[in-house]
Amino acid sequence: MYEYDEFDADFVNQRALQFGRQVQSRLSGDLTEDQFRPIRLMNGLYLQLHAYMLRINVPYGCLGSKQMRKLAHIARVYDKDYGHLTTRQNMQFNWIKLADMPEILLELASVEMHGIQSSGNCIRNITADEYAGVAAEEIEDPRVYCEILRQWSSLHPEFSFLPRKFKIAVTGSEKDRAVVKAHDIGLRLHRNESGQEGFEVFVGGGLGRTPFIGKSIRDFLPTEHVLSYCEAILRVYNQLGRRDNKYKARIKILVHEMGSEAFSERVENEWAEIKDTALALPQAEIERVRGFFAPPAYETLPDQDPGFDAQRKAEPAFALWARQQLARHKVSGYAIVNVSCSPVGKPPGDISSAQMEGFADLADAYNFGEMRVTHNQNLVLTDVRKKDLFELWRKLVELGLATSNHGLIGDTICCPGLDYCALATARSIPLAEKISERFADPAKQEEIGEIYLNMSGCINACGHHHVGNIGIVGVDKKNTELYQLMLGGSAEEDASLGKILGPGFDEDGIVDAVENVISTYLEMRESGEKFIETYRRLGPDPFKDRLYSAPA
Amino acid sequence: MQQVVIANRLTDGVVVFLGKDRRWVERLEDCPPTDESEEANALLAVGAKAEEDQLVVGPDLIEVNVSDGAVVPVKMREAMRAKGPSIRTDLGKQAGN
Repeated sequence: MYEYDEFDADFVNQRALQFGRQVQSRLSGDLTEDQFRPIRLMNGLYLQLHAYMLRINVPYGCLGSKQMRKLAHIARVYDKDYGHLTTRQNMQFNWIKLADMPEILLELASVEMHGIQSSGNCIRNITADEYAGVAAEEIEDPRVYCEILRQWSSLHPEFSFLPRKFKIAVTGSEKDRAVVKAHDIGLRLHRNESGQEGFEVFVGGGLGRTPFIGKSIRDFLPTEHVLSYCEAILRVYNQLGRRDNKYKARIKILVHEMGSEAFSERVENEWAEIKDTALALPQAEIERVRGFFAPPAYETLPDQDPGFDAQRKAEPAFALWARQQLARHKVSGYAIVNVSCSPVGKPPGDISSAQMEGFADLADAYNFGEMRVTHNQNLVLTDVRKKDLFELWRKLVELGLATSNHGLIGDTICCPGLDYCALATARSIPLAEKISERFADPAKQEEIGEIYLNMSGCINACGHHHVGNIGIVGVDKKNTELYQLMLGGSAEEDASLGKILGPGFDEDGIVDAVENVISTYLEMRESGEKFIETYRRLGPDPFKDRLYSAPA
Repeated sequence: MQQVVIANRLTDGVVVFLGKDRRWVERLEDCPPTDESEEANALLAVGAKAEEDQLVVGPDLIEVNVSDGAVVPVKMREAMRAKGPSIRTDLGKQAGN
């Protein structure tokens, strides 16, 4: 993991103290709410329905056990004993007191954490593949460039007042787990024919009220130019992006209105001016940062572990968990462990202080003290020896973190919705709970197979509903919650946007509608076909016909 | 149309209502609504002054229904603010914390 140097530590400490003083000025009346709002937002502090909400950055989803214990401590002392994993790999607390903020920020700074740029019209937390550095099929570790981008984007003077917020995601695998095509900038690390490492660059992706899939504007950008090229993109956006209308201010609107070719030309021209300046990364600097992400001290182990095989045979619940939750590691004898934070009937992404602490202990015992947060609101242990899996599973069961639903219908992405969020127009968590209850039977979930169900409580789409294979968005219709159903979205390398199937449903009706769609799929799928494949083969009509012709 | 003034308390963000004697209270039950627009505007002015005095943030008039003595906000959003999250009935005003 990256560790702060003296500059990072000093910067974060200074900012914690500065924001502490700003909070005091607000409380004493020297700052009005209008003056204070942009300051608190730049530090991740929102005012939501019930209280202040603090969003804490988890840089590209990487978290150490010491940090997780600190988050548990903050939840217990300053909040209501739980936190919420967000769809941008961060942690949110829902019940924060403004008066406690100065102390909380110093607590966070002591473990190299903060909320700077987790809100506001600036470059937000860089997100990445949660399997970075360990995926068997990975081409290159994206964390190196995430960290370089994090340092460049932190308090970048030119980009602190952008037309609107700006999100960057990086992946280094063919399989896209970072949703790079739904970001303002998406970077895909790959190698060219001569084996040189570089990025394919996507711009103008995004969800919200006007969703777009990002456009590829460059097939191959040598890695040493990643900062200058991103700077060129941001510069064009900062100059030309709309500031007259908040809803048309994201880069996706600019790229769409200009056309990606004209946009790309502007970027290339801008880039030509700055590519060989101080922004060009010396190889030595890339290697220095790479050093922070050196592989841990793996043991030499056979890939098969006889104990693991025997335990799966002896314990069906463990076998089910192992089938669903494990992914292939690049090192023999190790596994990637997905830990679901979407238990049946509970809010996706909520995690108690006790679970955080227990999980930090497991990360220390089995995973070199590290863990990842995923945009699917789950956790990952990246480096577990296969021979430790059974013991780990038993401890996860005790912590209530052993749900077996990774990539299945019970593992939904869900925004906080109207239960917490001041922007929401409908609740979303109750639906996630009801859907996971409706499909609680693990055998049924396995039968349905890989499917991504995403839901949001308003058109801002924090729950990524457009890129769910099944997407649900809640709207307010005459003070009643109405839920629209969309099908056909994908968040992966074949990214696509779902289309609304027809008239919306009430809270119970939408759960029935999802079940209806699933039964249509099960009847019509061909052998081995995933939900999205069946949908793409058949189109919406069979689903629509069945759903809307069903007797009332 | 029955109305009350709602806001968030500055120091902790807790939802408060302008109650009897024009004091801020945490429970909607302790806040008699008014159906007179003049009184509503006067209450909102009290809210605006409280915002100036750094007591509350975002004072606003909301519509409520009164039935059998119970005061319930018309809009779901405000009903949520008056009670707490529907998915965590152990938290917020509904749980007395």
